[in-house]
Amino acid sequence: MNDNSALGAFTLHLALLSLVAVGGVNTIVPELHRQFVEVRGVLTEQQFADMFAIGQAAPGPNVLFVTLIGWHIAGFTGAVLAAVALCGPTCTIAYFVTRVWDKFRDAPWRVAIQAGLVPVTIGFIAASAFLIARAADQTVVAFAITAATAAVALWSRINPILALAAAAALGWAGLV
Amino acid sequence: MTDSAAPSHSARDAPGLSELFVGFLGISLSGFGGVLPWARRMLVERRKWLNERDFAEALALCQFLPGPNIVNLSVIVGSRFRGVPGALAAFVGLVGAPLVIMMVCGALYARFGELETLRGALAGLAAGAAGLLIAMAAKMAMPLIRDGQAAPLLFALAGFVAVGLFRWPLYWVVLVLAPLSIAWCWWRPQ
Repeated sequence: MNDNSALGAFTLHLALLSLVAVGGVNTIVPELHRQFVEVRGVLTEQQFADMFAIGQAAPGPNVLFVTLIGWHIAGFTGAVLAAVALCGPTCTIAYFVTRVWDKFRDAPWRVAIQAGLVPVTIGFIAASAFLIARAADQTVVAFAITAATAAVALWSRINPILALAAAAALGWAGLV
Repeated sequence: MTDSAAPSHSARDAPGLSELFVGFLGISLSGFGGVLPWARRMLVERRKWLNERDFAEALALCQFLPGPNIVNLSVIVGSRFRGVPGALAAFVGLVGAPLVIMMVCGALYARFGELETLRGALAGLAAGAAGLLIAMAAKMAMPLIRDGQAAPLLFALAGFVAVGLFRWPLYWVVLVLAPLSIAWCWWRPQ
């Protein structure tokens, strides 16, 4: 029974959070971290960073890393509820808005809203980067991997997934 | 209704439910490290369901809406061609297989997450994932820096400090910061 109410709270929380995910799932990482690591203590720092990393490395939309948290809390049901809670509300909105999009696509307020959300999104993604880096970069090598991956993604045309694979291989070899 | 929303297609050559499902399944499974470039390749170049302009507009709408862009895109494209069933087919195609993969990962992680070699690999992976996030934030900030306006950079900094350093709840930060930033864009000095 206690499990059910915890699961309900988890689902509701994700559904609400999806509505403020102004720049995709990477913007809500800090809040997920706050909720599940700091407030509820469901996950350790390390588990949280691991799950985020698995979500980045696996195929498909990286939003699905949240289903790992769901799986951790309540197995199969938790994973499915996490996916539905995170995608359901915004998909419903998308379904209805796409019908009227033509009417306000060029409206000045639409342009202002979209442009105004960009800085907020950047701040939140930077916060996500900071929190994941703080959990992951416990060694000099790990820190160097973070810097190198960022450089590759910023200044080269190499597929970032190759950088991730190299990072995982270094860790597998016991060097991190 | 759906026809008028898809002027570039007649009802006959609009994709069916199974095509939408398979199309988005393909996008999700080829999309290692970011799905959107694959979505463009599949929707515009390979299957020609959308032309360049349609795709750019659908993407703009996704970026305007909250939530994961690619998931919203599946609903928008699916519903344009086949209404609610189309939206569901595209959504399940996109999310279904990765969801199963994630569950397998979750089970493996619970079972083997503490093994020495796997710990090492995950530590390396997490360090790399942090690097990708840094690059993403930096890429988005570049145009603002080039623009030379101080206010948007200050809003970004405030968001970072409030959420990343002070660890304030995201809701409150969004509710305060977003209206301020939008208002600035509305009245910005030209």
